[in-house]
Amino acid sequence: MNDKKLIVTGLVIFLIIVLFPFWYNRGRAVPPPEVKLTEQAKAAKECVLSKDYMRSEHMQLLDLWRESVVREADRIYTNPKGKQFVMSLSNTCLDCHSNKADFCDKCHNYASVRPYCWDCHIDNPKENS
Amino acid sequence: MLELAVKGSKRYYGWMALLLGIAGVGFLVYLKQLDFGLGITGMSRDVSWGFYIANFTFLVGVAAGGVMVVLPYYLHDYKAYGKVTILGEFLAIASVVMCITFILVDLGQPMRVMNVLLYPSPNSVLFWDTIVLNGYLFLNLVIGWNVLEAERNGVHYQNWLKPLIYISIPWAVSIHTVTAYLYCGLPGRGFWLTAILAPRFLSSAFASGPALLILLCLVIRRVTNFDPGWKQIQSLAVTVAYAICINVFFLLCEVFVAFYSQIPEHVDHLLYLFVGLQGKGAYVPWMWTSMALMVAGIILLVNPITRKNELTLIVGCICVFFGCWIDKGLGMISGGFVPNPLHEVNEYIPTLLEGMITIGVYALGFFVLTILFKIAVSVKEEVRA
Amino acid sequence: MDTSRRRVLQLLGLSAAALSAPPVFNALAKEAHEPAAAPQIGPSKEALTAKQWAMVIDTPKFKSEKDVEPLVEACHKIHNVPHWDEKRWEIKWLWATHYEHAFTGTVSRRFVAEEVQHRPFLVLCNHCENPPCVRACPTKATFKRPEDGIVMMDFHRCIGCRFCMAACPFGARSFNYRDPRPALKYTNKQFPTRMKGVVEKCSFCVERLAEGKMPACVEASEGKLTFGDLFDEKSKVRELIKTHYTIRRKVNLGTEPAVYYIV
Ligand code: SF4
Ligand code: SF4
Ligand code: SF4
Repeated sequence: MNDKKLIVTGLVIFLIIVLFPFWYNRGRAVPPPEVKLTEQAKAAKECVLSKDYMRSEHMQLLDLWRESVVREADRIYTNPKGKQFVMSLSNTCLDCHSNKADFCDKCHNYASVRPYCWDCHIDNPKENS
Repeated sequence: MLELAVKGSKRYYGWMALLLGIAGVGFLVYLKQLDFGLGITGMSRDVSWGFYIANFTFLVGVAAGGVMVVLPYYLHDYKAYGKVTILGEFLAIASVVMCITFILVDLGQPMRVMNVLLYPSPNSVLFWDTIVLNGYLFLNLVIGWNVLEAERNGVHYQNWLKPLIYISIPWAVSIHTVTAYLYCGLPGRGFWLTAILAPRFLSSAFASGPALLILLCLVIRRVTNFDPGWKQIQSLAVTVAYAICINVFFLLCEVFVAFYSQIPEHVDHLLYLFVGLQGKGAYVPWMWTSMALMVAGIILLVNPITRKNELTLIVGCICVFFGCWIDKGLGMISGGFVPNPLHEVNEYIPTLLEGMITIGVYALGFFVLTILFKIAVSVKEEVRA
Repeated sequence: MDTSRRRVLQLLGLSAAALSAPPVFNALAKEAHEPAAAPQIGPSKEALTAKQWAMVIDTPKFKSEKDVEPLVEACHKIHNVPHWDEKRWEIKWLWATHYEHAFTGTVSRRFVAEEVQHRPFLVLCNHCENPPCVRACPTKATFKRPEDGIVMMDFHRCIGCRFCMAACPFGARSFNYRDPRPALKYTNKQFPTRMKGVVEKCSFCVERLAEGKMPACVEASEGKLTFGDLFDEKSKVRELIKTHYTIRRKVNLGTEPAVYYIV
């Protein structure tokens, strides 16, 4: 059975390829990112929902917003504290978080996700500094 | 049985490598298209479907054409076709693979294709087309594979396959009917808005599919030890002969309705294709070539003397195949979109890059086809030996 | 409203589950506490509403291209509609054409009053009452809003199959054959652009109606265009339709266009 050697070699190569992400990143612990808040965001103290919620679940909220605005013709979101927001990524979220590079991108790069929001939505609509 | 596909001669491997190479080049061009957008094609605001969808439409026909051997064999117990049914089924599989690939390369946002299933829209014919095409692929895979395996083991195929086989026959008709409905249900596109479009598609399918199958059978006779049989080829040729006659008859019906009624919305598309409109007529030579090819096909295949001669049979089948390809491919697409809804003439000419992607898809299809045929032929050789 | 509220609840349920699960991301989950009351979603107060929005175009008031340009410009500017020199990639939401092109199949191609022959006719999406584009779309990326009859595009969902373009008998739709951004002469940062591979068309300015504003082209037209509710007998559009002879494009196809032309 000289096929055996071949099979084993094949298996080893397969494993090396499949486990590429693990051995490639071995020993490289990247520290979690520190996001920066704009002055406007700091002054507002709280986002649409609590900070922790926003940190981990903002994509769910954005998905709900987009569904409501585009498909249901609803545009106003009232948070549990009674504060109202126009549901708009460009004009509400990015108005306050006008520092996309230091805010959105930091985490997205760290988590290596590439949301396609920016293919259409423009950051920093009012050109705040 | 898959192991049969990897045991082959040098010639077999060379052919597969060639196909993979061509498909690879097509894939590279496709990466370019993904990056740049469909702007690399000749499609425009007015002619928003082009070469990809043209080939898709044509190949749905080739896939449906496979039923022309399945039906007589299973339904009428026409024993002679026992040797070629598997080839018909495997040709259908390869064609559907190409169809699906053509749809994918035609999408502007292919990553979102699952939206068709995530948000099912029974109103849309495209939704149904997705279902029937994938269903047909599945049916043929299951049937073809199991029947062949049974043949290899020298037993009768399993009983549970019977209902599937019966379903697959109307299903073949359905794939091409639904594909015709993509076009003929659209208001304001006079060229397509005709109840005869589905029958017309089917008739050309039953001509071009078996024509290709005949050519493939003749190739197999040459290069392998398996002989699909001259009698079978002759029966197929009769099918092709009648189908192409009906196809031309349907076409003439269209021409009559358009030109006797003189309704501009219907006449103008035909005028554009056959004589040119507002000084533009890139398709005029193509359409007349197509007509000439189909007429030549009829003459060569209806006449028993030329049909029974291998050389003229080959020429006849090639005529039918390419005649249908022009007529139902780009003729159908360009003719439908030009003139546009505002009655302006903006022509569509495919670009080199989109041609390369198209050839790549065909190479992929032939790769799949060769594997399947290799398996089928090897089993047949095994059983005979 | 009902569906949105359900979605909100669903969302909160989901996130509660997510938060109680062991944190995968140390950076992301510290002490989790949920919002107290359920959030609410609804339309804005100043939003203009109708059963079926419609437009009346007073074509005799358009004498030459010059009367049309500011309207087209207004629309294309605020909606970030790109301008390509290459005709194949052309994208347009609103444009002017000739009488016999606007009304193919309905009006005579010859012997037309000279003034009419030179008059520019604005064409745009008709927001048909019975839209074939919506019927054709395999993903509901094109849909008719039940609230106000606007035929909308969901650019997030569109797969770019272009079935809707084949289905629209008015040539109202354009496809992004390329990334549109390099072709923008001017960017309205408050409105998104599109990405390559999706279809777009006139939206009857939904984003402006939501803020209580009339569509941009109507505003720029200085009274040449009128916008209102087709199903409200007292609306301005109904008033005009009652008192003027109007035609629509290709009514014989049964799509019931909501754009009316005074000729
Ligand atoms: S004009 Fe065309 S795009 Fe607009 S609603 Fe009617 S069919 Fe659809
Ligand atoms: S191109 Fe987009 S909007 Fe048009 S039919 Fe396809 S998915 Fe629907
Ligand atoms: S209604 Fe709005 S989107 Fe439509 S053409 Fe006028 S300005 Fe453009």
